[in-house]
Amino acid sequence: MEEEKLTGSEETSAAKANGLSEVNRGVAWDGCSVLLDINDGDRLVFSRLSPSASIKIGNKKCSLRPLVGCPFGSLFTVETGPSGPHLSRSAPSSTGNCVEEISKDEGQSVNEIRDNRSLIDNNTAQSLSSEDIEAMRSEGATGDEIVKALIANSSTFEKKTVFSQEKYKLKKQKKYAPKVLLRRPSMRSICETYFKKHPQRTGFMRVDTLSMLLSMANVGPYSDALVLDKLGGLVVGSVAERVGGTGYICSTYFGTVPYQIDIVRMFNLSSDVCARILQAPFSDLSPLQNAPSECAMSDPSDVRPGSPETAQPDPSNELLQDGDSLLDSRDNGDDTLTGQKPVKPGRKAPPEIVKSWKDNGFTSLIIAAPEMDVESLIMDLLPLLAYSAPFAIYHQYLQPLATCMHKLQASKMAIGMQISEPWLREYQVLPWRTHPHMQMNAFGGYILSGIRISNSNTGGVIEDKAA
Amino acid sequence: MTMMVPVDDAQKLSLKRPIADGDTVIVYERHDSMRAVTVSPGSDLQNRFGVFQHSDWVGKPFGSKVFSSKGGFVFLLAPTPQLWTLVLSHRTQILYLPDISFVVSCLEIVPGCVVLESGTGSGSLSTSLARAVAPSGHLFTFDFHEQRASSARADFERNGLTSLITVTVRDIQGEGFPKEHEGSVDAVFLDLPQPWLAIPSASRCLKPDAVLCSFSPCIEQVQRTCETLRSSFTDIRTFEVLVRSYEIKEHCFAKSVSEEDGSPVGPPPQKRKQSTLPANKSEKTESNFSVMAKPCNTARGHTGYLTFARLTVLSN
Repeated sequence: MEEEKLTGSEETSAAKANGLSEVNRGVAWDGCSVLLDINDGDRLVFSRLSPSASIKIGNKKCSLRPLVGCPFGSLFTVETGPSGPHLSRSAPSSTGNCVEEISKDEGQSVNEIRDNRSLIDNNTAQSLSSEDIEAMRSEGATGDEIVKALIANSSTFEKKTVFSQEKYKLKKQKKYAPKVLLRRPSMRSICETYFKKHPQRTGFMRVDTLSMLLSMANVGPYSDALVLDKLGGLVVGSVAERVGGTGYICSTYFGTVPYQIDIVRMFNLSSDVCARILQAPFSDLSPLQNAPSECAMSDPSDVRPGSPETAQPDPSNELLQDGDSLLDSRDNGDDTLTGQKPVKPGRKAPPEIVKSWKDNGFTSLIIAAPEMDVESLIMDLLPLLAYSAPFAIYHQYLQPLATCMHKLQASKMAIGMQISEPWLREYQVLPWRTHPHMQMNAFGGYILSGIRISNSNTGGVIEDKAA
Repeated sequence: MTMMVPVDDAQKLSLKRPIADGDTVIVYERHDSMRAVTVSPGSDLQNRFGVFQHSDWVGKPFGSKVFSSKGGFVFLLAPTPQLWTLVLSHRTQILYLPDISFVVSCLEIVPGCVVLESGTGSGSLSTSLARAVAPSGHLFTFDFHEQRASSARADFERNGLTSLITVTVRDIQGEGFPKEHEGSVDAVFLDLPQPWLAIPSASRCLKPDAVLCSFSPCIEQVQRTCETLRSSFTDIRTFEVLVRSYEIKEHCFAKSVSEEDGSPVGPPPQKRKQSTLPANKSEKTESNFSVMAKPCNTARGHTGYLTFARLTVLSN
């Protein structure tokens, strides 16, 4: 991959002009989608760097303009300036990692003489009042200076263990010197954020489960991937990110209204990649003209006459809103640099491509529709897969997958089948404090995976007795 | 010629392409018995199901069922990185699907990325990394064991991956990554006995905010690695991933058999309504038939800890 060493904004315009917007993945550009991480994951907000975009931190509203041209991974603090509060680029947080300054010996010996037996939690330890703090702020004290003052005025601080002092300092910093980390949206960060904050929107899809779906379905370059995504577009976006600008992703749906796939827009997929994301109703893909299961399958909640599902973002999604509109459709205006309209993902699949899918079969199938009847879905969609192509089905309940697996075995449509339940545990690794996290997610869903095969002996459809 | 990962339009994964001489096919005998076979004229495959002539396979599509002289059968599957992980010859302990897929996702690898890996081992992860960077990216993989590096190179050649993977014999712990990679790498993966020795070099190779992953079986290795990471990296997180598998079984029982407490045994009535199965089971058995699922008795207990970290972005 070649990259010229240009400044941030020059690189952006050069990249866009060459249509190589994915080359410059490292720097936030005007109009890109971002993930703002406030105070180490306490608050996570998706946003778009449009001219009017802003974020409210505490009671201060700050424009997001300073973020344009900064590398992803940059840290910002809220500073008070002549024109009001604004975000200002700051040095990487030394406090997050500062526990390494506590050497093993120091930690151990200090711990030996300190514990919390004499610390009484009665709210009298801090001698600075909130008025005092406000006064300091209006005199221009930075957040860090306020934190220092709080520590100096705490009667119990010296009695705490080293680790406890750290915790205290971090807590005060979060309140008085909040930090905003600019994160790049990707399958991992988008999936994790939704799972942490609004899991019901993405069907409780956990990042390890989603990763396995992509591998099991052999998603890669030049794939023709068939996806049934009822998780707001999380799966379609992830598949598209992996396929890149080759192959196709067919987001299919039953009934007449495409499923909403707004989350795709958070991925910062280039025009090339977005052009590969197509939508086609099952009725177009099915070899049978009047597939009887089509009507039985349409989810009543989808068939709402006149509902502009693909045009508007879901207003109930708190992650997408923060004061001014963020992933609002009106921000999808002209690309300011090239003057061209960016390609919207999810355009209707052209007939010649549908025909090629029917002739050759899809090379991957992923189903992520926790509320739907998975048995009928698989019986409808599996025949659209080419022979020797893999499938992976995500579901929240075990029994329907068990019944599905049995049916597929009996009808000999698939081999190599497996029902998997992914398990994920995170660890805290710190000197003298290494252990799994105290809180753990208990369930990441089930996956039924397998490979479609030809059961015929000669190429026609022959019902085979059990061998 | 097998292209496990297509790298241009001509090699597009068209599974309708018939099997040809020289192709690597995955022969599926049973769910727990598969192997990679290179199709070659005049050869045959012998297993418990009989003798299979390769010449019978040529011209058939992938996914076909093929028969032996005595009527047994196997399936011929197109090779994929997942299947390759299950059939490759183990020269070292390998990474399996749950770890592989989590690594690829958390390293945020997309087509076009440049990735460094050490050690290559048996090439299980390497094959999946190649798919993730294809068609325009590249994987540079290093192993200090010359023979294993050669075996890996031979495998990658057999699977048509040489345009995506470069294997080099090098002691990364002792020498670090080659200087030519500095500042140009999108992701680094380490599977080394002492990964902390490779971290300074990795930090010079990675672009800012890019991700490093270190895989270690022992918690002491993880602790030392994290300690070393703290000076130049942020977002340091350590995970374990595992998978629990389930097995299913048909359960047939007589209708309305009472238990001691008098309640009838059987599935609740609504279960039966869901079935839209075309009748390849006779109607009379559907009413007293159900499928049960239970976790498998055996499972992998531990493979290794996965530590991920991002190269800190400086604010100059």
